[in-house]
Amino acid sequence: MQSPSTVEQPDQAPPPAPSRSFARARHDLSQGWKSRQLWAHLGWQDIKQQYRRSVIGPLWITISMAVTATALGILYSGLMGQPLERQLPYVAVGFIVWNFIGGCVNEGANVFIANEGLIKHLPAPISVHVYRLVWRQTLLFLHNLVVYVAVLLIFPPWKYGGHISFSMLLAIPALVLLMINGLVVSMFVGIVSTRFRDIPPITGSVVQMLFFMTPVAWIYDSTLLKNSPRVKYAELNPFLHYVEMIRQPMLGQTIVWRHWAVVLVATVLLTGLAAIFLRNYRARVSYWV
Amino acid sequence: MVSIDVWNASVEFPIFDAKTRSLKKAVLGKAGGKISNDTKVPVIEALQDINISLRHGDRVGLVGHNGAGKSTLLRLLSGIYEPTRGNSRVVGKVAPVFDLGVGMDPEISGYENIIIRGLFLGMTRAQMEKRVDDIADFTELGNYLNMPLRTYSTGMRVRLALGVVTSIDPEILLLDEGIGAVDAAFLERARDRLNDLVRRSGLLVFASHSDEFLMELCNSAIWMDQGRVRMQGGLREVLTAYKGHDPFENMPQHVLERLSAVGGTA
Repeated sequence: MQSPSTVEQPDQAPPPAPSRSFARARHDLSQGWKSRQLWAHLGWQDIKQQYRRSVIGPLWITISMAVTATALGILYSGLMGQPLERQLPYVAVGFIVWNFIGGCVNEGANVFIANEGLIKHLPAPISVHVYRLVWRQTLLFLHNLVVYVAVLLIFPPWKYGGHISFSMLLAIPALVLLMINGLVVSMFVGIVSTRFRDIPPITGSVVQMLFFMTPVAWIYDSTLLKNSPRVKYAELNPFLHYVEMIRQPMLGQTIVWRHWAVVLVATVLLTGLAAIFLRNYRARVSYWV
Repeated sequence: MVSIDVWNASVEFPIFDAKTRSLKKAVLGKAGGKISNDTKVPVIEALQDINISLRHGDRVGLVGHNGAGKSTLLRLLSGIYEPTRGNSRVVGKVAPVFDLGVGMDPEISGYENIIIRGLFLGMTRAQMEKRVDDIADFTELGNYLNMPLRTYSTGMRVRLALGVVTSIDPEILLLDEGIGAVDAAFLERARDRLNDLVRRSGLLVFASHSDEFLMELCNSAIWMDQGRVRMQGGLREVLTAYKGHDPFENMPQHVLERLSAVGGTA
């Protein structure tokens, strides 16, 4: 029944580039980056959406962070026997950073599942959804920086062992590193959980558990814990290094380069892992969602 | 130059039920080995052995019964699905219009929706801002564009969506019959814009059950049947084979003339 047609038959050999190649994976990332007008707009939209019709809008992000940081700061300064001017800035910055990390992992698990409609109706690089997610988390982080500035004004760093210096600017490359890690982690977690729907609840509880295991609110080298062997175990937790890497410059403390080294190695490993998954399963995502 | 090439492509969907989609089975299945028979995920073969080559200027109608694979083929041609076997290559900016509602947000204003929908279709913000007035004229929504989309009636939403879609400059335009759900009177008004859009686009693939629309917009056709290309060729011969009669034979002369002016079919 197939009729010999004039124009419709392919006239060339198939292209050599199969859909599973690193070139296609890179192409996905670069094309996604080019649509930044789209995901930047959508990232903003996500935040505005959440607070639409509320009078003070996204300011609620800042307010709720301020409330949480103050409460946790007071609680842990009592629990750990630390002076408030040390504990509160520590907790505030730790919690702001943790919000970013936890947000990237938790929402990363749903990054493709939540965008099923868009993925099935519009041909876009899958990285667009990941960029949108990290951009949204970055915007939340920037909102929370208001709390950080306020804390710094009320409890200046020199009151407890820190000092204002140029090394505080290291917080900027540290944030960039966090964003890169956010990209690769949510890409990886997103692909895996699109295939296996048990992953999102698992990441939810793992992130919750890690929050308590990572010295976000408690000070791991405080006088109380200093001589405990557990401090050494705490260092095995990679999240400690991510948090400390950015918290130290933000609080004007001495930079410990060990944290940077660990984060750099972890970044390379995670990027490699995400690259392999992007290469192998990029084209499967639209089938799996 | 825009082009779409598909070589021996198949599209197969794995169907994960709640059990096979869980880690448990993937892990236990390997460890136990016994239940390996039912760990295999059932697959729906939606498209098989598709060979298609489209070039600039092609106006292709897609016909076939429900479930024949028209929509899946459109998604394959758009690049949303990459073939599970075989190869495909799409060169050019694709504007798929499968569902007028996708990418529309009920909570934001009509104006903002115009911008976002345009961004989704590959336009830039600046390009869309230039087109807003034109879209406002066409949709006759006026000040309503400042209201959130949820306050719109269904008809108004369709107008807005159609207004945006027909304002873009696509290199490859893929239309699914969903737009046929628009009421006839409005479609009559949208016809000119739709024709303009098709003329602006470098390449058109249009899935539809409406002979009239196909004849107006297309000059060749592909007949899909059970996931395979049953026939491809000139619109008239394919439609004749598909319908069992020549849809052109009962056309009044003036309609034929109009059609040949548009698509060059008759």
